[in-house]
Amino acid sequence: MPLLKIDNLSKSFGGLKAVSNLNIEINEGELIGLIGPNGAGKTTVFNLLTGVYDKTEGKMEFQDKNISGLKPYQVTQRGMARTFQNIRLFSDLTVIDNVKIAYHQRTSYSLVSTLFRLPSYYSGEEEMQHKAMELLKIFNLEDKAEETAKNLPYGEQRRLEIARALGTEPKLLLLDEPAAGMNPQETHDLMNLIRWIREQFKLTILLIEHDMSLVMGVCERIYVLDYGMIIAQGTPSEIKNNPKVIEAYLGEEVV
Amino acid sequence: MRNWFNRQNIVSLLGIVLLYGVIQGLIVLDIMPPFYKLTLIQICIYIILATSLNLINGITGQFSIGHAGFMAIGAYISAIVTAIQHGPLALGLLAGAIAAALAGLLVGLPTLRLNGDYLAIATLGFGEIVRIIFLNTDYVGGAAGFTLPSTITWTWAFGLMAVSVVLMKNFVGSTHGRACISIRENEIAAESMGVNTTKYKVIAFTMGAFFAGLAGGIYANYFYIIQPMTFNFILSFNILVMIVLGGLGSMTGGILGAIVMTLASALLAGVPEWRNVITAVLLVLMMIFRPTGIMGTKEFSLNFLGKKSEKNAASKN
Amino acid sequence: MGSSITQQIFQQLVNGLSLGSIYALIALGYTMVYGIVKLINFAHGDVMMVGAYSGWFAITVLHWSFLPALLFSMVACALLGVVIERIAYKPLRNASRIAALITAIGVSLFLEYGGMLLVTAQVRTYPPVFPETMYSIHGVIFKYGDIVMLLTSVILMALLHFTVQYTKMGKAMRAVSFDKDAALLMGINTNNIISFTFAIGSALAAAAGVLMGVYFNTIDPLMGMIPGLKAFVAAVLGGIGIIPGAMVGGLMLGLIESIVSGLGASTWRDAVAFLILILVLIIKPSGLFGKNVREKV
Repeated sequence: MPLLKIDNLSKSFGGLKAVSNLNIEINEGELIGLIGPNGAGKTTVFNLLTGVYDKTEGKMEFQDKNISGLKPYQVTQRGMARTFQNIRLFSDLTVIDNVKIAYHQRTSYSLVSTLFRLPSYYSGEEEMQHKAMELLKIFNLEDKAEETAKNLPYGEQRRLEIARALGTEPKLLLLDEPAAGMNPQETHDLMNLIRWIREQFKLTILLIEHDMSLVMGVCERIYVLDYGMIIAQGTPSEIKNNPKVIEAYLGEEVV
Repeated sequence: MRNWFNRQNIVSLLGIVLLYGVIQGLIVLDIMPPFYKLTLIQICIYIILATSLNLINGITGQFSIGHAGFMAIGAYISAIVTAIQHGPLALGLLAGAIAAALAGLLVGLPTLRLNGDYLAIATLGFGEIVRIIFLNTDYVGGAAGFTLPSTITWTWAFGLMAVSVVLMKNFVGSTHGRACISIRENEIAAESMGVNTTKYKVIAFTMGAFFAGLAGGIYANYFYIIQPMTFNFILSFNILVMIVLGGLGSMTGGILGAIVMTLASALLAGVPEWRNVITAVLLVLMMIFRPTGIMGTKEFSLNFLGKKSEKNAASKN
Repeated sequence: MGSSITQQIFQQLVNGLSLGSIYALIALGYTMVYGIVKLINFAHGDVMMVGAYSGWFAITVLHWSFLPALLFSMVACALLGVVIERIAYKPLRNASRIAALITAIGVSLFLEYGGMLLVTAQVRTYPPVFPETMYSIHGVIFKYGDIVMLLTSVILMALLHFTVQYTKMGKAMRAVSFDKDAALLMGINTNNIISFTFAIGSALAAAAGVLMGVYFNTIDPLMGMIPGLKAFVAAVLGGIGIIPGAMVGGLMLGLIESIVSGLGASTWRDAVAFLILILVLIIKPSGLFGKNVREKV
């Protein structure tokens, strides 16, 4: 039983088909890569999955339930979280508040106990503070908990964004070019981090990436997207030797 | 600390009581001339208005400039209850606030998906529509408005102001308040973090309208007369200036802005044109040189007196 | 010549078009400025007020006739528009749109109450600049002034259309409104283009101000508020940022208002305009002529 099943998914903008007849299956615990040249439609796939865009055709099932038509926050509540290609932190808030917002959907104290400061408010806040702090420790950010997010160095902002996504307690994590703008050392560390959080949080991860070394090093299976269509899929070594992929994507770099 | 009985809250409570005691003492001992009492009540009204607009504009980042409309609804409904139907004051105030909140809900649901200046202009239009409706309603005296007894005392005004501010501050310093702030910071990210952005925009908008309605009720039951002209968009702009001056997103900044602006306009009462010109120049200079206002999004607090509890619970106070 | 229903309808049409052409002239300035710098120039209605006063000054104090007075007020306001942009808006070009909007509100208040300090709040009467001649076609009455007004508006709009479509400046304007950075890279001096846009928009507003003074006979420092807002409604109705949209929106709003007045509900006229605004914003925020755009994620 796959965790995520995308069936014949298509999306057109006006007359332009950004994604066409996409079929992807992801099983629980897998770490999957989604690669392709610029403008191939990778981020569009994420936007379709998370409800930012509405599909034109096709089916999307997550944990055996239809998720098309859901709003982004509903998709998140079902257990899918994402990061963004261009970091979207709550940049004027502190690091810990960024993470606390992620825990918002799992916090149940009511508006009434908020306004009148009933005991459930205090216990709820305490629990959130505790959980958020634990998460920051894992990402080595606990010393920066009270710092403003926008003042963090770039690499830490990327890490915080992943931490924040994990705060929603997802089953499936969607990472949109997590290594963008990182140097080889940082990319290497990120690779280890991704592997490690998968074990730690028992996650399934779908990763969009440009950096080939990252994808080849960390992913178990790879889908290659070109002009909105899957042109190849398989293990990293199969992808490396697939002539179609070499032509469409690697071609420029190999030749 | 699992309940409200902590140092931070006790310090705040003592501060409020002390402030009331000092001013009440000045009034009882006749040190304060009666003219200032009027200004004091105005300050209370504007603090509620500024704080509630800040909830919408500063905290949630939804740019509304129709606050005078909600105030008008609160003023008229409460006046109808107390003066025409001879109901008790508390009931009138409550009815006015609830009516304003309902209007907020009604306007907020369809318009809050508009962003930035489109929302601003829609709320401005709404405020004007409300004014024109009262202008055309003979039951409330049309353009001439109607008179009612002044039943609000300084104690009422202060008490209602304190309760309103505490409730709104409680809201902001909670997970619900943070959800609103996350919308201001980055709406797409907020949504992807599981925040139902529409719901929280509507909650903030409705709450803001509720308290604006309450302020309107206090206004109506203090100033003897209400007229549609009072609630024009200049009033909305004035409230906006207060929160911009104090710092959009800072609750204490909004309070500070309300006090400064009300005092300034009391001092310049003899030359109303100058008052507005100064307001205008101030607004432009502020935007060019210090767009974050006096406080930015920071808060002023007495917490240094009770430092230990600060990091607990509401860290975003 | 009994006044039949059809006559009444046509009469309201004439009135509506006259009023609508004024709205259209103001709306054009709103829409051009929005198209270029994405700013709702709240002060635009007040620029119109300044235009009305300049015209009044030229006619009553300098004893000029209509056309020179009109040109004088247009030039004066073009300068005013450029000055406002340079002093108040330019420093905020990269600030948030809300900061810019608040600044515009500030400029608006400044013009209104600064104007009040300068010329007092007293209402001034516009001198009659046109003969009281009336023409009657099948019972529908055209005042000489109505015709001049419509003609003036049409000529100005035609001139604007020509400028934007066929001149070098106009092409540069369209380029800047399409993509400011790319225009800059193509060697277009965006600062000049923005100033030029404010100048043209303000000049049109000034013309509208003079026409408004002639039409309603009285002017005062707060006269720009409501027509300014309504012209904005017209701009939104047609699709903000779109020049033909502003023209059509203005005329439509004028017609709607005169129909509402004709039905005997003139005190509700402004409410109807704002209701239309809210409905357009909710149903089709891009206006009648606009395309929907959404933020890229």
